[in-house]
Amino acid sequence: MLELASVNGIANADEALGDSPLAIRGLTVSYGQKPAVFSVDMTVQAGAMTAIIGPNGAGKSTMLKAALGIVKPLSGQVTAFGKPLEDQRARIAYVPQRASVDWDFPTRVIDVVLMGLYRELGLLGRLRGRHKAKAMECLNRVGMRDFADRQIGQLSGGQQQRVFLARSLAQDADLYLLDEPFAGVDAATEKAIIAVLKSLKDAGKTVVVVHHDLATVTDYFDHVFLINTRKVAEGPVDTAFTAETLQAAYGGRLATAQIDQLSRAVG
Amino acid sequence: MLSDALLLQLGYNATLVAIGAALLGVSAGVTGTFLFLRKRALVSDAISHATLPGVCIAFMVMVALGGDGRNLIGLLLGSALSAWVGLLCLNWLTRHTRLAEDAAIGSVLSVFFGFGVVLLTVIQTMGVGRQAGLEGFLLGSTAGMLWADAMIIAIGGGATLLLILLLRRPMTLVSFDPEYAAARGLPVARIDLAMMGLVMAVTVVGLKIVGLILIVALLIIPPVTARFWTERSDRVVLLSGLVGGVSGFVGAAISASAPNLPTGPIIVLVSFALFALSMLLAPNRGVLAAILKHLRFQRRVHLRQGLLALAQGQPIYERLTLRLLSRAGFARADGVATELGRARAAKALRDEKRWEVVRADQSHEAAAALYDGLRDIETVLTKDQIADIDRRIGGPQEVPA
Repeated sequence: MLELASVNGIANADEALGDSPLAIRGLTVSYGQKPAVFSVDMTVQAGAMTAIIGPNGAGKSTMLKAALGIVKPLSGQVTAFGKPLEDQRARIAYVPQRASVDWDFPTRVIDVVLMGLYRELGLLGRLRGRHKAKAMECLNRVGMRDFADRQIGQLSGGQQQRVFLARSLAQDADLYLLDEPFAGVDAATEKAIIAVLKSLKDAGKTVVVVHHDLATVTDYFDHVFLINTRKVAEGPVDTAFTAETLQAAYGGRLATAQIDQLSRAVG
Repeated sequence: MLSDALLLQLGYNATLVAIGAALLGVSAGVTGTFLFLRKRALVSDAISHATLPGVCIAFMVMVALGGDGRNLIGLLLGSALSAWVGLLCLNWLTRHTRLAEDAAIGSVLSVFFGFGVVLLTVIQTMGVGRQAGLEGFLLGSTAGMLWADAMIIAIGGGATLLLILLLRRPMTLVSFDPEYAAARGLPVARIDLAMMGLVMAVTVVGLKIVGLILIVALLIIPPVTARFWTERSDRVVLLSGLVGGVSGFVGAAISASAPNLPTGPIIVLVSFALFALSMLLAPNRGVLAAILKHLRFQRRVHLRQGLLALAQGQPIYERLTLRLLSRAGFARADGVATELGRARAAKALRDEKRWEVVRADQSHEAAAALYDGLRDIETVLTKDQIADIDRRIGGPQEVPA
């Protein structure tokens, strides 16, 4: 069934490779001798909401970081919107894991969102009213407007995550890549984030999310990418997110009952 | 004497040193802030110790070429070169071996410094007399400071500040969130290297005044001091420059006001004094503020719980609670509520209910985030909002007799 799944992936790839928002070919990343991601191909469907799923340590985040050049890959080629990634960075917004920064850093919520306007501001450009207005609007979209002047250290985990999302919104990107945005956040935040992501999709943007909660995959996403060091499956939820592909990705790590339940949810 | 020194009335050399030290302090404070925000403060220690072999080699080369071994520009160039080599070694060690940065710093620092000391000894045995002054680079020596020396500091410090003005946004972004910066296409490794290059420039420029062993204090203490007073990175940068500048100026003035007071160490002690004052007195992050806040908080908790206990007719055993209640006029010494106490207790109980509603309602999230069990609800919501909540809760709460 492994082959079946990748056939699916390739069929997908061929039609959309040309201008796919993010196309990864043969990506291999290794910390030391053991590859964390091995020869992975991924073709992100334009205008879709894709979940990258797989067990802990399967290389989900690593793949994303390597695709963006945050981690140096051993090999592999990445294009964005059919062009070299470097030329397209302005159209890509990345939301790192919230735990990757020090929240005692001396800065306010609005200053973090203004970092999203880095390209617009340039090295010496003056911070103007319209920049602030833009940042406030982004905070409003994630329901954090009232927090603009707070210290980032005073935020709860879910609020931190929404500030990170607001920063990416400020970029006005076409492709949004989020690394575990739902990890350890409250239900209100999860709802707020998914609403924003769906509005992005409705506006024709492409959204890719590293996700760990299998129960919500079918509710939130229309495409999935299953990975366990190698690619397991890729495609629309109803064909690529099945009992077989889950079994292949997770192996013995999921109880049979869990898989049954999930595949019933898929229908 | 000290007032004369502070007013630059102690003669040419003292004035030169004071102005130079102030300039150095400003640029070290500003540069050091980024190092501090990047959490790589100790890298500066490795960089500064790595200057010593360069100073010695430059001296030997200049003597061998028949020049004056003590030419300051030559010595500083040499020190910059070896500091740069040390920095590259450090980067290579952290990137290509399993050594963590702290271990790599220790290795580079000790090896370069050890090598430098060996070279110093060699120089002492070669041409006696001419080498006089090289040890001055260890702890700084300002006795024979010249106009040209002060100019080097002014130009070097000024150039550093200009570069920081240019790079402040990328450096702040990389310090806060290097992964995000990389995803946006910023050359993170090169920005880091630039940051370290600036630190190196400040170090080299400061060799004459504070010396290579203590320059690290001028890079680290001002930003740490400034951090006590503000929660905004741009203000930390400015305040840190101010702290560095004041330390440099006052330290130099103090050392000029009496014979045999070493300039560099006094500057460091002045900056430490500012640090200690900030640590104690800063309004939010300071130690005293934290103690006061804790005590005040404890009292509020006791008072609140006392009121809630009164409202629910529970006995109060805690003596601090009783004392606070009776001092506020809410209860008699034996714990029986007064008229005022009963009214306040009823309100406390009602506020608990109101907060429950606020905290369950997503539209009140910003207000709910301020909930600590103590804050008066009137401070976060308007009268209309509270009336609205009261309608949801229903009839007034009676206080049991």
